[in-house]
Amino acid sequence: MARWEGPLNKIGEYRWEIPKSYKQGMRVPGLIYASEEMLGSIREEQAADQVANVAFLPGIVGRSLAMPDIHWGYGFPIGGVAATRVDDGVVSPGGVGYDINCGVRLLRTNLHESEVRPRLEKLLSELFINVPSGLGSTGKIRVGKREMEEILTQGARWAVKRGFGAKEDLEVSEEEGCLKGADPDKVSTRAKERGTPQSGTLGSGNHFIEVEVVREIYEPAAAGVMGIDEVGQVLLLIHTGSRGLGHQVCDDYVRTLRDAMRRYDIEVPDRELACAPVQSPEGRDYMAAMACAANYAWANRQCIAHWARECFVRVFGKSLRDIGLEMVYDVAHNIAKVESYEVEGRKLKLCVHRKGATRAFPVGHPDVPSKYKQIGQPVLIPGDMGRYSFVAVGTEGAIRESFGSVCHGAGRTKSRHAARKGVRDADVAMELASRGILAKAASRGGLAEEASEAYKDVAEVVEVCHRAGLCRKVLKTYPMGVIKG
Amino acid sequence: MPGSGCGERVKRFDVIEHTADTGIVAYGADLKEAFANAAYAMFSLMADLECVEEKVCRQIEVEADDRESLVVSWLNELLYLLDVERIVFRRFNVVELSDTSLKAEGWGERLDATRHNLKSGIKAATYHMLRVAKDSRQHSIRVIFDV
Repeated sequence: MARWEGPLNKIGEYRWEIPKSYKQGMRVPGLIYASEEMLGSIREEQAADQVANVAFLPGIVGRSLAMPDIHWGYGFPIGGVAATRVDDGVVSPGGVGYDINCGVRLLRTNLHESEVRPRLEKLLSELFINVPSGLGSTGKIRVGKREMEEILTQGARWAVKRGFGAKEDLEVSEEEGCLKGADPDKVSTRAKERGTPQSGTLGSGNHFIEVEVVREIYEPAAAGVMGIDEVGQVLLLIHTGSRGLGHQVCDDYVRTLRDAMRRYDIEVPDRELACAPVQSPEGRDYMAAMACAANYAWANRQCIAHWARECFVRVFGKSLRDIGLEMVYDVAHNIAKVESYEVEGRKLKLCVHRKGATRAFPVGHPDVPSKYKQIGQPVLIPGDMGRYSFVAVGTEGAIRESFGSVCHGAGRTKSRHAARKGVRDADVAMELASRGILAKAASRGGLAEEASEAYKDVAEVVEVCHRAGLCRKVLKTYPMGVIKG
Repeated sequence: MPGSGCGERVKRFDVIEHTADTGIVAYGADLKEAFANAAYAMFSLMADLECVEEKVCRQIEVEADDRESLVVSWLNELLYLLDVERIVFRRFNVVELSDTSLKAEGWGERLDATRHNLKSGIKAATYHMLRVAKDSRQHSIRVIFDV
């Protein structure tokens, strides 16, 4: 792949601008958050060009942004953030991606590493059996037509109503696990057909369940509010999205919006940037369908968390109350949301696209749950399965310059194919085991594809965001056991 | 992994590197064959097709605005059938093909995790870097998948 030789002008610490002059048609400049050391690998692929392409979207304000975990996607780069005016701007399904509301959910326990280690293998086996994962896996829940509509409109609330988890879970979830404006009539029958058997499944690819242990705490007070008090405490992290239902919604609307774009006389440099005015019938329909897919994903993570809790109860022979497993937070990292920001002195209603980026709201923001009003919204940033993950909190800095957004993970540096070449799953598992990490994968090649070598060091990614003032690091965790889809 | 499956001599497809995702370039003496090989390539990324038997046959019809979009529609239709009917396809015969429509038959069987050596699933075929081309020797189709 050709190296990207375009301009990256330093406009501040960790801030590199692609000027509007780079490509005719850019409405705003691009901006990549990165350290100087990261620029080399960023230039190795065409992700920066995608940042510039996103700047073509009608109604885009501020800059077309990319977080330090930027890598080459389709249409938008992964790690991309773009805000468009709701009044006269567009929404683009490519700015959300095929896995709508792919996201992460973190639960804390009262268990210490020393208690979990001896039963870790048993715990992983239980999780592996009780959470359907891998290609073609089907859920344990039978969902009828009417129930599917409830999932699409109520999200995690539907799951709680059905007995999967507790009401308190909803309070500490982005949008309380239910995005408003969902209209199941805007979701195709095909999408619903794909979603029906997959409700309550992990999926494959980079989706996972991870048992992890707190390694370092940077802000004890903030960690304490999250129920995390000491190094050695065990946490549970779940990463999955909206499965075939979300993929179909994206595919359907990329097609619909591509047609609509001609009618609205919009031109974009990449087919995957297909878009329509937020206020057009097509734009509204997409937003309503996307909300359904987002809710499906929240219901999915809610069900999986419930089964994970059951596994812990069985393996440790204690009550759920004793084990803990309360939710810390649940964030979406592929989504478009209507939010208000001040742009050039004016308060504007914006459609914020986050594709591989996490919402990061600060202390006092009205959308931060009351529990976290004093510390800011928790931001969950998983790394690769062989290294570590981070929990951070949102800051005013993110509100001022990145539309309340921050990075979402490590970001790949190697393709899946390259990662798999000459590497056997068994070797990866053995290497991980030598460092105290147990890993199980449903898919052949699943461990090799997701090995640490295929990813950037998430610590560097988080450090850039922390130093750029987009979030504050609260704690770091180390993986103990991983189930890969 | 050059994807010459089933002992055939002619290369049916190549896997191409893409950081977050996976792509393929499928080849064919004519465009119909290239479409069939693109589908074969996609399924071979998800399962060991040597282990898949031809127990069911499906007639598939798709339409699109142009030839490139037809590739995406074709492959995404097959992913839909994989999700909903749980069919892993291993052989394709493209019966009719124009710039905007395709009729084909696909053979395969219901997905069986115990026999098919399943790998990571593919979420969708995308329009990113999509290309349908022809040189003096053959037709080719390049497509990037969201994995």
